[in-house]
Amino acid sequence: MARKGFFGGVHPIYNKELASDLAIEVMPLPEKLVVHFTQNLGAPPEPVVEKGSEVKKGQLIAKATGFVSAPVHAPTSGVIKSIDLYPHPVGTDMPAAVIIPDGKDEWLEGCDMERDTGDLEPEAIKQMIHEGGLVGMGGASFPTHVKLSPPEDKPIDLLVLNGAECEPYLTADHRLMLEHAEGILEGADLFARVLGVQRVIVAIEKNKPDAIEAMRGAVRERKGFSVEPLDVVYPQGAEKQLIFTLSRRRVPAGGLPMDVGVLVQNIGTAFAAYEAVRFARPLLQRIVTVTGSAIGQPKNVLARVGATFEDIVRFCGGIKGDTGKVISGGPMMGVAQYSLDTSVTKGTSGIVLLARDEIPQFVNDACIRCGRCVTVCPMGLNPSALSIFIERMQFDDAGEYNVNDCIECGCCAYVCPSKRPLVQHFRRAKAELRNKQRKAG
Amino acid sequence: MITAVIALASLALLAGLGLALAARVFAVEVDPRVEAIEEALPGVNCGACGLPGCAELAKRIAEGKAEVDACPVGGDGVAHSIAEIIGRVFEGGGAKNVALVLCGGDDSVAVRRFYYNGIYDCNSAVLLFGGDKACSYGCLGLETCAGVCPFGAIDMLPGGLAVVDPEKCTGCTKCVAACPKGIIKMVPYEKKVHILCSSHDKGGRVRKICKVGCIACQRCVKEAPEGSITMDENLAVIDYAKDVPEEVAGVCPMNTIVTQVLGREKRTGEAAPVAAGGEA
Amino acid sequence: MNEKTSEKQEEKTPKKEAAAGPRFLVSSSPHLHDGQSIAGIMKLVIVALLPASLFSIYIFGLHALRVIVIAVASALIFEALSQRIMRRPVRIKDYSAALTGLLLALNLPATSPWWLIIVGSFFAIVVAKQIYGGLGYNPFNPALVGRVVLLISFPVQMTARWVSPSRWGMDAVTTATPLGRISECLLSQGRIDLNLTQQEWFDLLLGNRAGCLGEVSVVLLLAGGIFLIAKRVISWHTPVVFIGTVWILTGVFHLVDPSRYADPSFHVVTGGLFIGAFFMATDYVTSPITGKGMLIFGAGCGLITVVIRLFGAYPEGVSFAILLMNAVTPLIDRYVKPKVFGAEKRKAAA
Repeated sequence: MARKGFFGGVHPIYNKELASDLAIEVMPLPEKLVVHFTQNLGAPPEPVVEKGSEVKKGQLIAKATGFVSAPVHAPTSGVIKSIDLYPHPVGTDMPAAVIIPDGKDEWLEGCDMERDTGDLEPEAIKQMIHEGGLVGMGGASFPTHVKLSPPEDKPIDLLVLNGAECEPYLTADHRLMLEHAEGILEGADLFARVLGVQRVIVAIEKNKPDAIEAMRGAVRERKGFSVEPLDVVYPQGAEKQLIFTLSRRRVPAGGLPMDVGVLVQNIGTAFAAYEAVRFARPLLQRIVTVTGSAIGQPKNVLARVGATFEDIVRFCGGIKGDTGKVISGGPMMGVAQYSLDTSVTKGTSGIVLLARDEIPQFVNDACIRCGRCVTVCPMGLNPSALSIFIERMQFDDAGEYNVNDCIECGCCAYVCPSKRPLVQHFRRAKAELRNKQRKAG
Repeated sequence: MITAVIALASLALLAGLGLALAARVFAVEVDPRVEAIEEALPGVNCGACGLPGCAELAKRIAEGKAEVDACPVGGDGVAHSIAEIIGRVFEGGGAKNVALVLCGGDDSVAVRRFYYNGIYDCNSAVLLFGGDKACSYGCLGLETCAGVCPFGAIDMLPGGLAVVDPEKCTGCTKCVAACPKGIIKMVPYEKKVHILCSSHDKGGRVRKICKVGCIACQRCVKEAPEGSITMDENLAVIDYAKDVPEEVAGVCPMNTIVTQVLGREKRTGEAAPVAAGGEA
Repeated sequence: MNEKTSEKQEEKTPKKEAAAGPRFLVSSSPHLHDGQSIAGIMKLVIVALLPASLFSIYIFGLHALRVIVIAVASALIFEALSQRIMRRPVRIKDYSAALTGLLLALNLPATSPWWLIIVGSFFAIVVAKQIYGGLGYNPFNPALVGRVVLLISFPVQMTARWVSPSRWGMDAVTTATPLGRISECLLSQGRIDLNLTQQEWFDLLLGNRAGCLGEVSVVLLLAGGIFLIAKRVISWHTPVVFIGTVWILTGVFHLVDPSRYADPSFHVVTGGLFIGAFFMATDYVTSPITGKGMLIFGAGCGLITVVIRLFGAYPEGVSFAILLMNAVTPLIDRYVKPKVFGAEKRKAAA
């Protein structure tokens, strides 16, 4: 039963056929890996290596600081050449460790060995997930073990595996479901055991019929598991919208899914949990869909964390023609990069290269109050009024009009005929409100 | 017709009496000096004094809650006038401070890392990797400071660099708060030697991204009188309490030190291209 | 900030520079766009008005064409001039002035003298729109402001010189509009004598009657309106509620006293109701932005239209109704806000 459920949303041209039929391709070890320490929301981990340290694959190179933090591991064996500031796909330059692989790709003692997970206690599973450095792989990068630790007064009765992949161009999750359905479900099973949840729904958009079939096949005997195909609309995969579509429960504004008894995990995270718990392999690689009209050969690359965009792009045939934008993530919410020196992190779901002539340009004309933005906003906001307030620097009014509830999905700017960079306006307002709150104490 | 006239006339009379009564009963004690002080103030309502407008400041001065020279825009002249009104003596002469953009990196000398497409405002542009300038301390040139200046004292050079006209600047400090990079500082009006850079990056990096950035070679520190120029994490900083002779500008290998701001003369005796309205 | 913004934006578009390696474009997300533009939307509205405009030329002859041409041309010229004088970027290529000109033309009688059209155009473009800051800033519908200024200032030219439809040239058989006729009837006889035959009703519907250029062919206007709704340029809320309210209210009065009040099917197809409901009350800038708000707006317009038609001095109330509701729009938008997802159970601010 396919449903959409939520109000709003847009239907961009998806262009997934550029990469949806391409099997996952393992990228050979590049000459250097620039592994960022900050790969999670929350506190950045603390480096435990220094220049010159020799590391093995899977060895801890940064340890978690506090509860909301995730450790980082070496993606291969080699030597730490330097620790310095490097471009980060999500923002300003951040500290990273440059590892020169020794080519042996040797695992650390104790890693990469199969173990029986049948008897594991929930706490033990969570501990292994934490030690594996798992973060949400849908892009948010929230430490998974924290997500799996809801407080006592928020019981969870539904686990949702997010296989929607609603962003245009991206096919990483699609391929993962096709090629590793069992592993994903094993991981989901681990999550369910940690949470004590009986019901698990795998949500997949209808534009991936083969993935739906593959997951249905793998789910067959598992009790409590079901696969739900969903109507294709962006942002179907956004947490709150997804939960509403599946269960008609509304996550309160300012709240979290656990407030309505639901937990959502990306299918990539589930697979990483399977790898970490069953095989003692920490998270150090992921599938990155490299696609777009400006890349030589689109691929679904299995890349190590730390691989530079430069190396990946070269692996995929190099830049074709006049590139306008290099986007980390999907084109609706991803971050346009200014340099190929930046590198893959645990949350990099794709690299989309768009040619200069197909990039829309923001113009920031006056708002003509056409109302299209109000029609498409999945959070029920009024982007038109918000942008007018923000232009006039009335940030408090923007706050009253709920700018902090914006999920920055980009639907409003996608349809704006005046080509206003609405999401940028809202990010500005949110920053101002945060600053004000900080100053106020 | 007569009835109409009488009716209206009586209504008018009633209303007039009512107003007169109200004016007496609800009268507010107004200090007559307040209006005079308000007249003396510039009347721009720029907020530099920290209060919401000239009327409020006038009130406070009359009440004795604010100093006669509380208005930085009015300066000494206005302070004198106000002092006369309230019968005090103003002992004049705090130095006038003007704003200065401590960056010389327009597009002819400083590198931009990408083409920025978005809101034409510096505070919004910094959301994207801190702005398109390679130097993270550099002026982005999107006119946010020029936009908030109530006196039109900030010009943009053709290559995207903000410059304050010290003659028009009144020292209201609104631009200082508006700049997201925090590179606009208040300097004494009389001082003419300035180091136009705010970068704390190491010299090697600065050389790659800006032709007029401070590379911390410290030649100016040695050349200038003891302690008048000090280093603050790879950046030379002038102590305006001391005097720095103009010749010091000549030793800077990067032409970071200037002696005339709007005229853009970099060294004494050597005229650089003069911007509009600058003195040669 | 806006005009300068978009102007500077154009200056800052990537130029080919000799830089080391490719320089990419960086903007905030999203990096896709559905391709719709202001000009695109305006053009669709103009297309939707074409059938009614062409029909008016067919039925009123070349004079109708004259009115349309002068109105559109003068609108474009006034817009370009005023934008130049106010030092804003000249944006006539966004077609909004052209549309305003066309709408103004459709609100004028075919006999309008050329100076009348130009005065109307001036008030519509310069006074009602550019003075407020240009597109997006005007509180009142520009074309309607133009029409109403003309109606009040030059009532003779605007209301007494209707001509019966005829092909080429004006057989100046002065006649009254249908609504005019019944209001005259009411004044002189205290009752209306309106037994419409089937044929007469069809005449009203199809446009074989006297009136402004744009009010005559209800059928073609309806077609244009449905086209716009299908293309998602306008939504159904305002037109349906506007026309529905007029129908219901006039229906009530007609039932109460059929000798004084015409029946609703007459009211619905006369006056500028259809052009008003589909093309003027749906103007983005001056109408509410939410669906619920549009319902209130439409109902208000309908109510005021009926009040003016039945009890006011003017036989026709649509223009005034819409302008009055334009004034109320900010109020409607203030109190009718879209429902924020999950807001009912909002968590306390941390």
